[in-house]
Amino acid sequence: MEQNDKIYLDYAATTPVDQRVLEAMLPYFTQIYGNPSSIHYYGQQAENALENARDMVAELINANPEEIIFTSCGTESDNLALRGTALAQRKKRNANHLLISPVEHHAVLHTVQQLADQNNFEVEYLPVDKYGMIDPADIEAYLRSETALVSIIYANNEIGTINPIAEIGAICQKHGIPFHTDAVQAAAHFSMDVQRDGVDLMSIGAHKFYGPKGVGALFVRRGLAISPVQTGGKQESGLRGGTQNVPYIVGLSEALKFVKLEREERAQRLLPMRDKIIGTVLEEIPHTILTGHPSQRLPNHASFVFEGVDGNALLMMLDVAGFACSSGSACKVGIPKPSEVLTAIGLSPNWALGSLRITLGKDTTAEKVEAFLEVLPKLVERARSLK
Amino acid sequence: MNNFPPVVVAMSGGVDSSVAAALLVEQGYPVIGIMLRLWSEAGFENENRCCTPDAMAQARKVASLLGIPFYAIDSRDRFHQQVVESFIEGYRQGLTPNPCLVCNSRIRWGFLMDQARLLGAEYLATGHYARIRHLPGGKVELLCGKDELKDQAYVLSMLNQNQLAHSLFPIGEYKKLEVRELARRFGLPVAERVESQDLCFLAGQDYRQFLSRIDRDVVKPGPIVTREGEVLGEHQGLAFYTIGQRKGIKISHPRPLFVISKNVQQNKLIVGLKEELGSDQMDVINVNWVMGAKPENIKDVKVKIRYKADFAWATLEFGIVDQVHVRFEKLLRDITPGQIAVFYNEDVVLGAGIIQTQPL
Repeated sequence: MEQNDKIYLDYAATTPVDQRVLEAMLPYFTQIYGNPSSIHYYGQQAENALENARDMVAELINANPEEIIFTSCGTESDNLALRGTALAQRKKRNANHLLISPVEHHAVLHTVQQLADQNNFEVEYLPVDKYGMIDPADIEAYLRSETALVSIIYANNEIGTINPIAEIGAICQKHGIPFHTDAVQAAAHFSMDVQRDGVDLMSIGAHKFYGPKGVGALFVRRGLAISPVQTGGKQESGLRGGTQNVPYIVGLSEALKFVKLEREERAQRLLPMRDKIIGTVLEEIPHTILTGHPSQRLPNHASFVFEGVDGNALLMMLDVAGFACSSGSACKVGIPKPSEVLTAIGLSPNWALGSLRITLGKDTTAEKVEAFLEVLPKLVERARSLK
Repeated sequence: MNNFPPVVVAMSGGVDSSVAAALLVEQGYPVIGIMLRLWSEAGFENENRCCTPDAMAQARKVASLLGIPFYAIDSRDRFHQQVVESFIEGYRQGLTPNPCLVCNSRIRWGFLMDQARLLGAEYLATGHYARIRHLPGGKVELLCGKDELKDQAYVLSMLNQNQLAHSLFPIGEYKKLEVRELARRFGLPVAERVESQDLCFLAGQDYRQFLSRIDRDVVKPGPIVTREGEVLGEHQGLAFYTIGQRKGIKISHPRPLFVISKNVQQNKLIVGLKEELGSDQMDVINVNWVMGAKPENIKDVKVKIRYKADFAWATLEFGIVDQVHVRFEKLLRDITPGQIAVFYNEDVVLGAGIIQTQPL
């Protein structure tokens, strides 16, 4: 749903809730409102809805229902995966080493950094290539017997690069080391299969795929040692205390169902528009680099850096012109610090500060892309005129 | 759509800039709100008077209420380099600088104005109590605000024609009470932070504490002497004293002593009796004439020698280029090197410059 004459090109930040999803959620606010933990009729009705949603999510990602933990968002899933596993693995087998990529979302990066600062975990960062991609061979090289957890982002939010998760998963499985992937972006576009990918933990958040904000899920492979982060009641197999948010969980499961059903059709529609943006921008705007992998990238994701441009100013200019984009890392307070991701792929600040991310979605049309491409080169030029 | 050009309003979350934005929206301008993030000393970010997280939240709220876009722009490094460093350097040279005017000409009407232009804005508007008068021929004059008690033209006196021609001061035509009334009418929060003359980056503290933390060199103790060279005691660092100061010198003497000048080269604080204090003339350098050139036919002016000083009548003697010698009608006790002297003809700001010396 577009507002006035504005054009939304920031679907990686969040998406509008699908009307069908919203309708599926509505009964659970006022009619089937019981607490799933209650023993009575109302509770049983709610529990039924909750468990149906769990079954559906499990089926959609090729897992067992008891391996699905509902959370409040992708970030919470990441926190539970990282903190819960790190602490439990240390207790179980004295594992003290965390292996992550330097291009993780802050939900992973900052959690790991806190584990290092407050819990004395040793954190090691894998190398990435210029597209921000992990080489599975490096996993093999960096793994240790005392590695508590490996965490690699499935598809990068800032630069769209897709990592070879199944290959990494196979290596971790071979060595018996727990492997987490933050699939918050990827789950909106790909068929998720935790067996195929060999992951032990996988985080998703509903609002990236036309579900509501405020609900996420974590896949936890059966038998993995993990402790709760939010303690309380016995909900979610004791891994996440707190009354479940039934309407939102229903929303997550419905939205994920539509990803499975419609993802190919969605991707087919978005890909030509994405490639049109990439082609036109690289051709028409000098001193521009496409960030992330040219082909192994999210089908709705185009991201660039423009040399000598103040990325924040460009975002404001675009907004005033009616186009909602992002620099890749939401930074409303406008801190001109190059992102860790762009630094990790080797960009100097003069390039990295001029980042722009355009992400497409269900209301994006060829006309809107055309209008955007009409305006962007002029605005980049104007932004460069100020030095 | 109308033909009003877009305007960027510098918003602080306070009542003045909020009402300024509301008035422009009401007049039909497409308005964009911007708040600059200015530099704060590490650990004191929540005390910065210009841009605490609270103030930013308030400004966002007002923008949302008015239905205008709002952006926060970081200018911390720039502010530090151009404003804070020159403030510290001023004290190092024994001066008493006024960083607000530097901020206005370099940051607000420099960096922020550039950002406003990028966004396609024709004007930068602020919540200052001052007015602009457009003259036939395209020149603009800077006038005091209608509210004499609130007038802020002083802090805008270092702006040039180009800057002023692209400025709007929507509340300059109103008195403070009327501005509050307008805020109520627009449904804007009228809560106001405690008014303070403190500099935004001093975290509500005295500048002496700030200087002691930032730069130990500025606070070198040295002798307190009379003009005749008699040593009376030890001072804590020249930056800790201002001209005309009596309290806190901490020396015993049969008659009250005042700070009458500073000798930076010898790190001496010179004190004397009340009769020795003050002067009826001063030199002003780096003068900015608002009209772009020194005024013709105007020699008798009113002068303010600091932001909250009373007007003093004086005659100007124009020197070379951007210097002027000022002869006051009466003796002034607190002419302070480094402060800004602003010259007024009635309520028109003619220009301003830096007080250089206290002539003997």
